[in-house]
Amino acid sequence: MIIRTEQYVHEAALGIRNPVLQISLAGLQERLGKGDLAAYQSLPEGPDLRYVAHDMRMSNICHLDIFLETLTDRIQEQGGHVFFASDAKAAVQYCIDVAARNDVRRVVKGKSMVSEEIGLNPALEAEGIEVTETDLGEYIVQLANGHPSHIIAPAIHKTREDVGRLFSEKLGIPFTSDPPPLTRAARNALREKFLNADMGISGCNLACAQTGHITTLSNEGNIRMASTLPRIHIAIMGMERVAATLDEHQVLLRLLSRGAAAQKMAGYVSYIGGPRQPGHMDGPDAFHLVILDNGRSRILADPEFREMLCCIRCVWRLNVCPVHIDIPRMLLALRSKLADGDPVWNVKRKSRLEKASFVLWSWLVTHPGLYDMVLGLSASAQNHWLSSKKENRMISKLPGPLSGWTRSRDLRPLAKKRFVQTYCPGKPDESESPE
Amino acid sequence: MRPHVTLFIQCLLDTFHPAVCQSMLDVFKHLDVPVIIPKDQTCCGQPAFNAGYRLEARKAASHFLDVFQNSDVIVCPSGSCVYMIRHHYPLLFENDPVRLNRSREICTRIYEFSEFLVDVGSAYSGQVTYHDSRHLARGLGIREQPRQLIRHVSGATLVEMSDSDRCCGFGGAFSIKYPDISSALVDDKVHAILASGADTGVGCDMGCLMNIEGRLSRMGSGIRVMHIAELLANGLGKGSRP
Repeated sequence: MIIRTEQYVHEAALGIRNPVLQISLAGLQERLGKGDLAAYQSLPEGPDLRYVAHDMRMSNICHLDIFLETLTDRIQEQGGHVFFASDAKAAVQYCIDVAARNDVRRVVKGKSMVSEEIGLNPALEAEGIEVTETDLGEYIVQLANGHPSHIIAPAIHKTREDVGRLFSEKLGIPFTSDPPPLTRAARNALREKFLNADMGISGCNLACAQTGHITTLSNEGNIRMASTLPRIHIAIMGMERVAATLDEHQVLLRLLSRGAAAQKMAGYVSYIGGPRQPGHMDGPDAFHLVILDNGRSRILADPEFREMLCCIRCVWRLNVCPVHIDIPRMLLALRSKLADGDPVWNVKRKSRLEKASFVLWSWLVTHPGLYDMVLGLSASAQNHWLSSKKENRMISKLPGPLSGWTRSRDLRPLAKKRFVQTYCPGKPDESESPE
Repeated sequence: MRPHVTLFIQCLLDTFHPAVCQSMLDVFKHLDVPVIIPKDQTCCGQPAFNAGYRLEARKAASHFLDVFQNSDVIVCPSGSCVYMIRHHYPLLFENDPVRLNRSREICTRIYEFSEFLVDVGSAYSGQVTYHDSRHLARGLGIREQPRQLIRHVSGATLVEMSDSDRCCGFGGAFSIKYPDISSALVDDKVHAILASGADTGVGCDMGCLMNIEGRLSRMGSGIRVMHIAELLANGLGKGSRP
């Protein structure tokens, strides 16, 4: 489900009224959110390692050209193919071309948000290729023809009963809501897919320029199977994911495991630097790395938003962010673009009325006499809305946009006179001491 | 003129909750700190800034700078307004060197209400251990206050010594009349200080401190002994605030 800005308020209201989702999200926050903070505390370097990691990431993305080139050289030396995709379309086309050249009919996928970003599944399916998601949550979502609702918990909006009904319908097993048999059913169905797949597609959690490898993390082992069993492995990587050295890589890897799932290390971590080498027991015949731009260069070019590329997509924000990204700063910057428009980002002013209100407001707060007067007039006018029934004389209904407050809250009425005025009855420019 | 504070009243308090403002005045009156409330104050500009209207926020912020230009210490009973001034004014005026300087300068003088009451703004570098002197701790029941003050000294870490409220052996004339007993007691105290790993011993009674200092000096120890006033006066104004 792609949620657009216009639908956000509506969709959010629906989400808030969905008790299953709310209980699951609260549980996730309680377990993983707090677990993450505890996990950072137990870092041998201490929780401040997150600040160090922030600097590392800033340095990584500020020298992206060098590190991506090094990564590419290394992977090519190891027999892999690297493709730089400028946008989603180019990335999708590359995958389709590789599939066509190699007569690929069946694809297994490891969970990858970047493949969601470029809309890979429908594009491959349109080519007549069967695509199977192999992460249990993603598999459930795919069987239900839905979209992941959460980066690390894609099926969090579904109950065990939902999954039971879905599996009995799609996998032909008797209905049960018991997790072990459900997981076994998925496992049996997926094993078959793994063994018959021609191509595996995964994302990329991190990459390392120095060694020339990409890293995948999972807790179900499915990404390792998707990247080693089929003949071909395509990994799609957001271009910002590269760390310079193995030293930096290990710091970020540890923080990502802690950040994403409050683990010291994910259950399955794979370093992949190319196809199967001579003498290796397993691995694909061909390895392709698609390095995706899709707007990231534009973010990189803007000093105000560059920091966003530090993100290693663990899902947690703010005080739990493993690389301490200053989200509030960027939100404020985004809002200022909406308020006044920004030709560079092709953003138009959000609301003329709101702009006019703030112009009027800025004029009032710089003219204290008028400010007093307007507040005085408002205080007299509010009697109209003041509930006479309530003992505490609160306002419980307001008109227009102000009704957003009174829908669920009362509002204390304005004081008859501003406090500042009460204590300073003198001329506007005189300060007074209230003795 | 007596030292005083200038109050910046948050607009929500100003217009909806005058009683809270009165409570704040009561606290200052009790502390015998005169207050000044500039009449021309309106709003710090935060509503516009948070909504993205930086031009309008800048106008309100300029007005704020003008109104509080000559104020010495400014206290505001609102965390978000103080945050706005300390963290966002420099951003708002990044292309206006004159106002940028004025806002940086005002940042060093504005305090949130509770912060003003607790933080002194001192700075010190070191591990500080605290000695509970008998009259202060057991007599007056003052144990937590000095520790709170030490914790608020930027750069100082409070490390507790064992038995911090055990006598140091000073006791006034006792230290001269019974030098052996007194020395044995101060030895225990000094060992507790050494064992704490602190590089600085702090207390609120000079007698104890002279006793401890004298013994440390004789032992050739480099541990500094300070009255809490000395610690607090250290680096005044340099203490960083979160």
